[in-house]
Amino acid sequence: MTATLEAPETKAGAIPSFEVTLRVRRYNPESEHGEESFWDEYTVTAHGTDRVLDALHKIKWEHDGSLTFRRSCAHGVCGSDAMRINGRNRLACKTLLKDVNPDKPITVEPIKGLPVVKDLVVDMEPFFASYREIMPFLITNGNEPTKERIQSPEDRARFDDTTKCILCAACTSSCPVFWTDGQYFGPAAIVNAHRFIFDSRDEGAQQRLEILNDKEGVWRCRTTFNCTEACPRGIEVTKAIQEVKRAMITRAF
Amino acid sequence: MAYGTSAVAKVDAPRSPYVRRRTTRGNYELYSWVFMRASGVVLIVLIFGHLFVNLMVGEGVHAIDFGFVAGKWANPLWQVWDLLMLWLAMIHGTNGVRTIINDYAQKDLTRGVLKSLLYLAFVIVVVLGTLVIFTFDPCPVNAPEHLIASFCPAR
Repeated sequence: MTATLEAPETKAGAIPSFEVTLRVRRYNPESEHGEESFWDEYTVTAHGTDRVLDALHKIKWEHDGSLTFRRSCAHGVCGSDAMRINGRNRLACKTLLKDVNPDKPITVEPIKGLPVVKDLVVDMEPFFASYREIMPFLITNGNEPTKERIQSPEDRARFDDTTKCILCAACTSSCPVFWTDGQYFGPAAIVNAHRFIFDSRDEGAQQRLEILNDKEGVWRCRTTFNCTEACPRGIEVTKAIQEVKRAMITRAF
Repeated sequence: MAYGTSAVAKVDAPRSPYVRRRTTRGNYELYSWVFMRASGVVLIVLIFGHLFVNLMVGEGVHAIDFGFVAGKWANPLWQVWDLLMLWLAMIHGTNGVRTIINDYAQKDLTRGVLKSLLYLAFVIVVVLGTLVIFTFDPCPVNAPEHLIASFCPAR
């Protein structure tokens, strides 16, 4: 038996805790506020290891059950809980409270540019519509091989960065061009097109380039790098968009 | 039922504009993007060449007067130089403002009005400028004497 087991039991309370205030932008057309969105402030006790999502859970479970937000895996993989925290798009489940200055109220808003359904939940349909348009699936010609489609490590590395996308919409909803009218394809769709355009096994690159050559395609990108900064997966989004542009130019000339 | 289906879209108006419009596909935006880069590089040479010749060479800025400009436009090189500068700068600038209007105008009507004004301004400046470069005559015949420059033979 080791000494640690005989030591007094460590409680969660032993970890230093602090009070943190969250300013949450809420919207509920069925409430007395109607079509107006409004701010609610909640003060909860949090620990240094807590993320913004933990604080939101605490609010929903202990303070106000009507607060609505999306989350599924809660570990930065499913891409459900992208929101605007202190003015920047982040995943609530990957943002530690201590990293967003808990001394001041932390603002939490739904991601911009997509219609809000309720509180922090937005309608992702326009986002997925442009994702579907770039045909995010393998396109090939000829007979199916009897074995797997072989690819060299170098060919795989060519598009490795863009395979990391979790479709959380943090990039698309951080793009000022997308905010205007939502007609722009958006960084996420282009990133996922990039993933197939530069895949040596795929043969649909011409079709995808043709789609993104649209008036609302890659040429609306103003290289503001908001998407690269917002991406919780660290994908170099703007670089991927530039590579698609280059592929189009070399195709045209 | 999933969000964004027609049943939900009917509930309220804010969701309706989010239908992606089909647009005609062409290489127009590609060429305009490439043109912006190419014309930008050419304009750097043209504008700094223009500034150097006008402001630094010889007496520099003090030499600029009616006669100086008239002398420059008597030379075909400067005619072509200024014409290129006018056209490239106007197309480059108009295209730039066009993309800004596309980025910031939220309604089709606003966008249409702003772009029409832009194209109108473009046409006026380019036509007028081109006309001046090619038809410029420092010593017009039959002009009233007080309007004729001092270096003209008629004076």
